[in-house]
Amino acid sequence: MSGRVLVGVKRVIDYAVKIRVKPDKSSVVTDGVKHSMNPFCEIAVEEAVKMKEKKLIKEVVAVSCGPQQAQETIRTALAMGADRGIHVEVTGKDYETLGPLQISKIMAALAKKEEAQLIILGKQAIDDDCNQTGQMTAALLDWPQGTFASEVSLEGDKIKVVREVDGGLETIKINIPAVITADLRLNTPRYATLPNIMKAKKKKIANMKPADLGVDITSRLEVLRVDEPPQRQAGVKVETVEDLVSKLKEAGLV
Amino acid sequence: MANPLRAEVIRLYKNLLYLGREYPKGGEYFRDRLRAAFTKNKSVQEPEKIKEMIARGEYVAKELEALYYLRKYRAMKKQKTQSCLLVDGRPT
Repeated sequence: MSGRVLVGVKRVIDYAVKIRVKPDKSSVVTDGVKHSMNPFCEIAVEEAVKMKEKKLIKEVVAVSCGPQQAQETIRTALAMGADRGIHVEVTGKDYETLGPLQISKIMAALAKKEEAQLIILGKQAIDDDCNQTGQMTAALLDWPQGTFASEVSLEGDKIKVVREVDGGLETIKINIPAVITADLRLNTPRYATLPNIMKAKKKKIANMKPADLGVDITSRLEVLRVDEPPQRQAGVKVETVEDLVSKLKEAGLV
Repeated sequence: MANPLRAEVIRLYKNLLYLGREYPKGGEYFRDRLRAAFTKNKSVQEPEKIKEMIARGEYVAKELEALYYLRKYRAMKKQKTQSCLLVDGRPT
């Protein structure tokens, strides 16, 4: 396969940050909060870069949709080894309602425009846990999909994907072009070190709007409310086993 | 300090400084210790010893990368398995 791989990367609130809900319960606090690349997207980038290093593919293109700051995420992907980036600019209200459906429309349009042969995405984002973008993108393009991939190998004009599913591991073989979504154990993403970040400054990031791709990004969803999860109840300590059994009976659990 | 090695030491320092920003005990904690470690060896002249220390610094950089990766991996794994446990009460 001689082709080009598109990798979608999402800018999310850093995994280590404590999330706070806004007082009006409309959304989560994002101003001044540390953001970074979605960990599953890092794994996706790493897989694409590995393929390029093995000379299985020619070019890795990192794509991100969002406001100006999304460029930082693309820069990280470039520092990890992507060749160039595409920033699809979405701001304000549109950005707040941007979800898997809109992203998959954009990715599908870009895949056709860039004549990509493979799209690698993270299996889900740690902020919305949707786990939909990969699947929707494949459906829009009518391409096969290898989701929850824990192992990917190119075999001629097909891809062998080992998927991590509830029942264990499933191995499938799908045609190229295809969409792959990366699961946690696919690989160990490299850290974007300072020298690599400096080198990546020379790489290009193209700028465009969803309208340029002919994509309508109106949302079909309306967020009604965002709440914090209920506080964990304090545990109760009991002295004897009889106490434990009687407490369980009280709660109707035995 | 020998001239070509000077550039390498500075590069190593900058790299460690950048990596140390995410240190679990805080970027400032790391930066203070990094500075102390480098200034302590400021007067070393022999190229052999300098190269040895650079190698040690690069080792620390690799250890930091591994630390960050493990932290992230464990946090992600915990998040995912915890949500599964809550869903149907059965361990997955």
